[in-house]
This record gives sequence, C-alpha cells and structure tokens, in this order.
Amino acid sequence: MRFSFHYHFSRKIIEKNVEINAQNLVLSKANKIETVLSSTQKVPENLACFLENASYTKEELLHLLRKVVENNPEIYGSTIAFEPYRFDEKSLYFAPYFCRSNGKIEFTLLGSETYRYFYLDWYQIPKELNRPQWSEPYYDEGGGKILMATYSVPFYKEVAGKRQFMGIVTADVSLEWLRNIVSSIKVLQTGYGFLISRNGTLVTHPLKELIMNETIFGVAEVRGDANLREIGRKMIRGESGFVPFRSIVSEKPCWMYYTPIRSSGWSLAVLFPQDEFMADIKRLNRIVIILGIVGLSLLCVAVAFLARSIINPLRAMARATEVIARGNLDIELPHAKSSDEVGKLLEAFRYMKGSLKDYIQRLTETTASKERIESELKIAHDIQMSILPKTFPPFPDREEFDIYAFILPAREVGGDFYDFFLIDKDHLCFVIGDVSGKGVPASLFMAVTKTLIKATASKLIAPGEILTEVNRELYQGNESCMFATIFCGVLDTRTGEVLYANGGHNPPLVVRTDNEVSLVAGKRGLVVGVMEDFVYETDRLKLQSGDALFMYTDGVTEAVNEREELFSEGRLKTKISSLQGKPVQEIISGVREEIVCFSNNVLQSDDITMMILQFKGENRKLWSDEETTKE
Amino acid sequence: MLRMGLSLVFVLLVWAPAVEAMQNTLKKASFIPQWNPQAQFAGYYVAYEKGFYKKHGIDLTLLQGGPDRPSSAFLIQGKADFATLWLSTGIRLRASGQRIINMGQVMQRSALMLIAKKSRHIKKPQDMKGKKVGLWGDDFQIQPKAFFKKYNLDVKVIPQSSSVNLFLRDGVDVASAMWYNEYHTILNSGLNPDELTTFFFHEHGLNFPEDGIYTLEETFKRDPSLSCAFVKASIEGWLYAFSHPEETLDIVLRFMLGAKIPANRTHQKWMLNRMKDLITPPDHRSPIGILQPSDYQRVAHELKENGLIKETPNYESFFVWCEKDVEK
Repeated sequence: MRFSFHYHFSRKIIEKNVEINAQNLVLSKANKIETVLSSTQKVPENLACFLENASYTKEELLHLLRKVVENNPEIYGSTIAFEPYRFDEKSLYFAPYFCRSNGKIEFTLLGSETYRYFYLDWYQIPKELNRPQWSEPYYDEGGGKILMATYSVPFYKEVAGKRQFMGIVTADVSLEWLRNIVSSIKVLQTGYGFLISRNGTLVTHPLKELIMNETIFGVAEVRGDANLREIGRKMIRGESGFVPFRSIVSEKPCWMYYTPIRSSGWSLAVLFPQDEFMADIKRLNRIVIILGIVGLSLLCVAVAFLARSIINPLRAMARATEVIARGNLDIELPHAKSSDEVGKLLEAFRYMKGSLKDYIQRLTETTASKERIESELKIAHDIQMSILPKTFPPFPDREEFDIYAFILPAREVGGDFYDFFLIDKDHLCFVIGDVSGKGVPASLFMAVTKTLIKATASKLIAPGEILTEVNRELYQGNESCMFATIFCGVLDTRTGEVLYANGGHNPPLVVRTDNEVSLVAGKRGLVVGVMEDFVYETDRLKLQSGDALFMYTDGVTEAVNEREELFSEGRLKTKISSLQGKPVQEIISGVREEIVCFSNNVLQSDDITMMILQFKGENRKLWSDEETTKE
Repeated sequence: MLRMGLSLVFVLLVWAPAVEAMQNTLKKASFIPQWNPQAQFAGYYVAYEKGFYKKHGIDLTLLQGGPDRPSSAFLIQGKADFATLWLSTGIRLRASGQRIINMGQVMQRSALMLIAKKSRHIKKPQDMKGKKVGLWGDDFQIQPKAFFKKYNLDVKVIPQSSSVNLFLRDGVDVASAMWYNEYHTILNSGLNPDELTTFFFHEHGLNFPEDGIYTLEETFKRDPSLSCAFVKASIEGWLYAFSHPEETLDIVLRFMLGAKIPANRTHQKWMLNRMKDLITPPDHRSPIGILQPSDYQRVAHELKENGLIKETPNYESFFVWCEKDVEK
C-alpha cells in the first residue's frame, strides 16, 4: 500500500511537472512562431496602410512592391491585387506580383481567364471578412514542396464618404522555418510536436504521409476516436489544454499540451510519452521497493538477533525459576552479558535468589527457635496445669461439699488460676484469680500468687487477711507492675458459712436451691499487687444445704460472638438457673457448652476459668454474728 | 497432388495461346472521366485494373481528367471514345447540336447540396433569405437557382472557389458542396454533422442525376457492341468496387498517386460509400444505368426554364440502353 501510494503520489507530481514543462515548452515555441508571423504581418499591413492613404502611379506601385520583396528576405512573394476595373478602368485584372525565383526577383501580372484571382481564398476570404487573414498552409506553385502560407490584408479607399473595398495586399512566406521549429521539438525518446492549421490539417508531423494530406479529424475518423475529434475541435477553436492522447505515430499513451498560434488560428501541440516520463518514477519505485525489501529483511534479522539475545537469558531464567520453585536455591543463574533491562532483570533475579535463600535460612532458624519456645511453652503449660488441682472429686471422702473447677487458657500458658485446699479438718479454702496479661509472665505471676495464697492461708483464717498479706508480698518485688484479681473464700464445712474477700474479681454467683441466682454482695476490693498497704475486708455468707457458689473469671462473661456481643452476666445467670439441681460437673460443662455455642468459633481471646462449690452438709453455727464482722 | 499439378500445367499450356488470341482481337477504345482521379470514378478504375474491359473485348486507354481537361471537349473533339458527364451537361450539349448519347445514367441521385451552419441561424430554406451563398459556376448553379426560385429566396451569391475555407471562416453563410466530397471535407475540418443544416436537392424535388456514360452517336453506330461492352464492363466494375471496398481504395489511391494528386484514404472511403448510395439508392429498383424519363424531363425542364436550352432533345434518341435491345 505504501508503495502504491508512493507511486501514485510521485506520478501525480511528475504529471504536474510534465504539464508545467509541456506548457513552458509549447508556449515558448508558440511565442517564437507568433513573433515571426506577426513581424511578417507588418509588411503587408504597412503596405495596405500606404495604399489607403497615399496616391501613386503604376510605376511607383511596382517599384514599391519590388522593394518590399527585395528588402524582406522572409517574404517569398507579394502582390497587390485590385478589384475589377478598380485600378484601371479598362482592365478586369490588375495584380502585379513580385516573387523570388532562383535568387532573382521576378515580376508577373496575375489574373487571366484561367486565374480569376477574385475567387481564390487568399483574395476572397479577407474581402468577405473585411479583415486580414492567414491562408491555410499550401505547397508552392512550382511543386517544389516548399510549405507556404499567404497573409492577405484588405485595403480600402474613401469614395464619396464611403469606405470602398479596393483590393488585397498579400505576402507569401515560406513556412520551412516553422517546420524546423516544430520538428526540433524532441521530448524524451519519442515525444514530438505537431502543428495543425485552422482546418485541422496536419502541417507538420513526424508521419510524412499525413502532412498537408490529413486533418486531425481524418485521423480521428480512421481510429474511430471520438475523443481525438473533440481535442481537435478544441485545438482549432483556439483553446489550450493538457490532455491524455494516444500517439498517432506509436499508438502509445501520451500527454499532450496544445496551445493556439493566435495570429493564424493554428494550433501547436507537443506529446509527452507517458511510459517515458514515467520511466524514472517506475525505476525509482522499483528501487524503493527493493530497498524496502532489503531493509525489511535486515530489520527481521536484527529483530531475530535482538529477540534471541533477550529471549535466551529469559528462557534460562525460566528454567532456573522452575528449579528454584522446586526448592533448589543453589542453581547457578546465567550471567548477564549486558547491562540492559534483561541484564538488570538477571541481577535482580540473582539478588532475589540470594535474599530468598537467606530468608529461608532465617525462616528455618526462626521456625526451629519457635518450635523450641512452643515446646517450652507446652512444658510451662503442663507445669501450670500441674500446679492447679485437677483431680475431681478432690475429697472423695467428704460428703458435705462438692467442688469442681475448669480452666481453658486462651494461649498455651494463661493467667487464670484457681485453687482449693483444706486448711484444717473443717475449713476449705478456695481461690479463683486472674493475673493481668497472658503468657509466661502472667503464669509465673500466677504461680507466685497461688503459692503465696496457699502459704498465707495455712496460717491465717480470714480471707481478708490472706489477701492483705498476699498483696503486700506481691507488691514487693513487682517490678513489672503486674497485678491480679482474686476471690478468696473459706467454707466452714460444718455450717456452710463462707468467709470471703474480693480483690477486684468478678463477684461469684450464689445459686440457691430455690433457684435464686444472685451475685455475692460483699465489697469488691482493689486488685492485688498494686498498692502495698491496702487492707481487704472479709465478708460472710451462708450456704444452705444444696446451695452453691459459682466463681468465674472475666473470660466467661466477656466471651464474644461474631457480632461482637458479650456473653454477659445475664446470660450466665439464666444458664446457671436452668442448670440448678444438677451435679457440679454438669453445671460447669453446661455453662462451657453454652459459651462455645455462643461464641461459635470466634477465637477465644481470654482464659476461661470456672469453679463451683456446693454445700451439702448440715448447718452448724460455729461463729457468732459478732465475730464474723471485722478483724 | 502430382496429377493436379500436371493438369494445371496442361490448362496453362492450352489457355495461354487462347488469351493471346483474345488480345489480338481486342478493340481499342479510350475513356475520360470528368474530373481528377478519385473514388467518384472507382468503378472505371476497378474495371480497368481487374481486366473487366479486356474480358469484354476492349483494350481501353484510361485518360486522366481534370479541371483543365474537360471531358466534354475530349468527347466532342474525338480525343476520347467514352466520357462521363453530368446529365445536365449532356442535355445541354445535345440541345446545342452535339450528337452525343447517354449510354448509361450511372448516378441516380444528385449529390449536389447546400450546407449552412446552424450557428448562423439557418435551419430551413427560408432562413437563407438575404444571406451570402457560395455557388460554383455553370451547371453547379442550375439546381441552386431553381431552389431559390422554388422557395422565393433572394440571396447574395458569392462565387465559390474549389475550397470550402470561405465557408469555414464564415465568409459565406451557405456553401455549395458535393455530398461525397466537400461535405466530408467540412466534417473533417472539425464541424460536427449536428452543427450543420444540409439541403439535398433531391429532397427538394430537384433531383438532377449526375455522372453518366456518354459517347458520340457516330461511335455507337460504328460499333454498338463495343459501346455496350464498355457500359457493361463499367457497371461490373462498380459492382465489384462496392463489394470490395478496401481493394477498390487501393486501386483508386494508386491512380491518384500516379496523377500526383494528394490522396487521402479516409476521404476516398467516404466518397466510395457515397457513390454506392448515389448509384444504388436504397429505394431504387431498376438496374444500374437506367435513365428515368422523369429525371430526364425534370432536368430538361429546368434547363429550358433557365434559358440554357431552347428545345428539349428527344429522350429516345438521347438515351441508348443496350440491355433494352437484348430484352427485345
């Protein structure tokens, strides 16, 4: 497409140039012809002017006419032809004629019975038209094959105020120079010029047999070429144009420029053979196509080479990636030969491989250490669990109470704890607590707290005192400002009386046999381990036979479901109420199932610890009401 | 093959002396057409070149006609045995006492016409009123003048030369033309047929059949068979010319070249085609060469009207048709 566009475009340019060239060429030749013709016209015109304005004798006239021929070498012959009896009343004809013959000027008187010049074109046409006329070109009388044309100028005389036609002045000129001008036109190899007369007769043409014997219309008739006839008509009408034309000589398609010779009404045309002026562009187009093909092939080779230099390392990298993907990071990567994008990619890839290798190594190490920590945590968990009493029922020989506890750490090692132990034969101490934070530090703090409580409870009876003591102990050496909430109580197994102290812990629920579930009413003191001299108070409550005390950590009421709702105290109360009368173990597991059901796979965020103590024995009054207030 | 070759040799051996014997008995005769060699006379040149005259026992001498060699003069002075003349010329000569006879009216139709340019606003005969009309001399003026009279036209007659340049350059409004000649010249000078108004005289009741074969009464009486043979061979020549146009044109152009006359094949082809139209018009049933009494009377009448003849010569003695005698 590019080539055909190129060809078409160049062709248009060339045709335009040819038109301009043709126009210039034809106009310059036409001007040359015009100049010669118009200078020739001057002579008979001046003579006619003289004849109109001056009076003359026959001798003067003849002398003048001879001089005209003598002094104007381009004039072959000249006559002054008078109308019948106009010059001399006695003679029908008067037409002195001087002409060149063998280098001399010869004189004849024209006009005879066989040469009635009044009825000849050179006389009759300018007379009838009342204006000077060039005749159609003709061959000279002598049959010398000299191409001639006659310029005839009518002249008049004022007779009684009327302009009367007197006769005709002529100048016969040879048109050999014209033939030379036109036949000298050579365009490319076979282009040529030709001239047609006013009647369309071919005056000059490369085909000799057509000259003066055929008109352009005759040629059109022979060739059945209506277009040629139309061109001919335009030519003789005095138009100019640049038209496609089939050469009369070679039948080749040509472009033809034609323009009129105004003074004579002839038309000059020059033919430009299309294949010849298009030859250069065709050659150029061929070269362009060859260059295009060569260039394209070179480009293909270059592209292939470039593509290989890019694709090969990429392929190697793809292979290396597969190997790397299988886990082998020790494979050797191809070396970057260049510093281009591929080279940079290779470098980046190499760096990535290195980083990956390092990372995997680090990851392996981290994993190992993590596994170690995890195993240690597991051990810590085991240890933590082991310090919590987990044998139920813990006192199988005691029937007056029942105790059950459950702990579910949020992480392997939690901060919640519980404990129960008999201080003496009739007093059961029970503790539930929650250490701030989680993990190993929390569990260690928990262990310390639990141990302190157990140690303290052994020598003191009132839970308030226990917590006060434990608080003081914990505060000292609590560098990391940890603390714990603790609920501590002591059950008199004989009476069901419970002394208790609360160090910031969730108040336990008292579950009565009449299905009343209520919070323990006692004071909720400060969390344990933050204020050295805090004194915790001991409160008291009485459990009837069958009543139970349900203790829990905030992991129970603050368990959340997917809608971020809390399990809440209310839900807990309701659940426990529904479980009233059941064995302690079933109550705990019932609440646990309810929490699992509620939280519905939402990750447990805090330790969940529950403990229940049920009094079953006879109520026996050991302490007076006064004794139980404050110590 | 061999047998055929032998028989051909035999035929040639037998035939050659026969042809020679025939030539020995050929009668000498001469013929002049009324103008320069051109397709107007194609039939005679073809008959000559194709040996039709010899076939009919004539050893013919073809004389060259032309403007300075009038065929009528050659005929009357006995310089030619046969000549072509216009019917009007023939009647005028006969009426003036020349003992010439028409042996065959070859052309049945008048080719003379008037042509005008539509651009000069001439579309019907009446439009010619007051216009400049180019006319040739003598017999070429008879029909136009009858035409002007018929349509009551007052025109300005301008003598017309042999060229049509005066008309082409608008020196005259109307020009005389022969259909087979000047009309085509005008077309081939760049004027289209639709730009021209043509007045064919035969379409205006003024059909003057033109070229016919003439001889002297005396020549005919001396050897009627020779005259009849000439006419017969000539008509054969025409028929051959019409059926072999390209060969005919070759012959005509050869004659023109021989006479040093510019020869243009295209133009001659046109002329030959028009000759066919004029010699064998499509609506004409009678054989080539018959002079219709009506045509004769029309021409004679116009000549008398114009004072060109005093008495109309007798048709029977003017026109001698050889075939008629044969038919009898």
